[in-house]
Amino acid sequence: MKPPKFDYHAPRSVEEAVALLARYGGDAKPLAGGQSLVPLLNFRLARPAALIDLNRIASLAGIRQLDGHVALGAMTRQRVVEFSPVVARALPLLTEATRWVGHLPIRSRGTIGGSLAHADPSAEYPAVLTALGGTVVARGEKGERVLAAAELFETYLTTSLRADELITEIRLPVMPAGAGWAFEEFARRHGDFAIVGIAAAVWRNDGRVTARLAAAGAGPVPTRLRAAEEILERDGLGDKAVAAAAARAAELVQPDSDLHASAAYRRNLTRVLTGRALATAIGRAA
Amino acid sequence: MSEPVGVRLVVNGVAREGRCPPRKLLVDFIREDLGLTGTHVGCEHGICGACTVLVNGEAARACLMLAVQADGAEITTVEGLARGERLHPLQESFREHHGLQCGFCTPGMLMTALDLLRVHPDPSEADVREGLSAVLCRCTGYHGIVKAVLAAAPRLRE
Repeated sequence: MKPPKFDYHAPRSVEEAVALLARYGGDAKPLAGGQSLVPLLNFRLARPAALIDLNRIASLAGIRQLDGHVALGAMTRQRVVEFSPVVARALPLLTEATRWVGHLPIRSRGTIGGSLAHADPSAEYPAVLTALGGTVVARGEKGERVLAAAELFETYLTTSLRADELITEIRLPVMPAGAGWAFEEFARRHGDFAIVGIAAAVWRNDGRVTARLAAAGAGPVPTRLRAAEEILERDGLGDKAVAAAAARAAELVQPDSDLHASAAYRRNLTRVLTGRALATAIGRAA
Repeated sequence: MSEPVGVRLVVNGVAREGRCPPRKLLVDFIREDLGLTGTHVGCEHGICGACTVLVNGEAARACLMLAVQADGAEITTVEGLARGERLHPLQESFREHHGLQCGFCTPGMLMTALDLLRVHPDPSEADVREGLSAVLCRCTGYHGIVKAVLAAAPRLRE
């Protein structure tokens, strides 16, 4: 099918975009990379009165390393993230996760901010934001809010962004030198949405272990697996602790059954993939 | 705002322009307004890859872009590969290795493979299989396609 009629706006600045969103009061959709929104339009599952195309706002794209974190403009293409030397050095978990996002031709257009705003819980970027404790900057008519993953994601495809708000920037803390990482995912075919994905990072500092774990596809929002991280931080990175953390991870998720997989299967995948992700991450850690 | 808008772009090295409503998809603009029917329309939701073209040198789904978004862009379609009667080395390779059966997915396969070989000039078979998973061949003729892309890689490096 083809998209229904809509008003089309291509503002040149964030201010203009936010003003347009406010004017339509929730009946407009921001258009980022379009890799999720345009299919919804083509199938007429979405019928917004207007599209606010963000692709002409140059200031929304780009990657900068600042003090202790990397700031990614919301319109930075996934393909740019994938090949960014700054990201590879400071956020290797993000580089690895990006290779799981759709396919290269999807990543040519898809953006990091669009993926987060779409809030598909089986997507990779929401899990990375959750695991690394990053934030997003949301700009609205009344100014900016900085939201952590737990404040942004509400449920399936639903965020706390207000009708006049746009994600403008994503901030991720730089992974410490010597950190190990892995993104493990299972899908029926490469490039499909994950049935379950696991983002993992571990590092040692003066003998103390820090672990970061988040699950995608195992509940209505990405799940930080804090109690599993605590097992590793307390008991270290040996095989027994990894097995215990993986088993705990499976208890922490709240998966639903759908046509792709049952809840029990997703829970089991959470355990298996957490174990695999941790083994890879520990192998890569200094 | 939902009225027709002007679109000016460069397609296969030639400056083109047209007018269309903002809701017109790039793939339909290429086929209907520019008359270039080599690019195929399959699933219209970004899964099958038949409509893949190069946008500013990078493979992208033409069914997931509005024509108006391509204003100012450089587009390469499958018609831009051959030089007159001389096939592009990638097309030659598809012919030699039986890389097509019904031909419906072929434009998407070619444009996807071209971008893939730019990113991975010396790919492993696994790289090619993963890269081509972006396009569906319902004849299931993947083996020939993978062979064709692998064989084309050294020719494109020259």
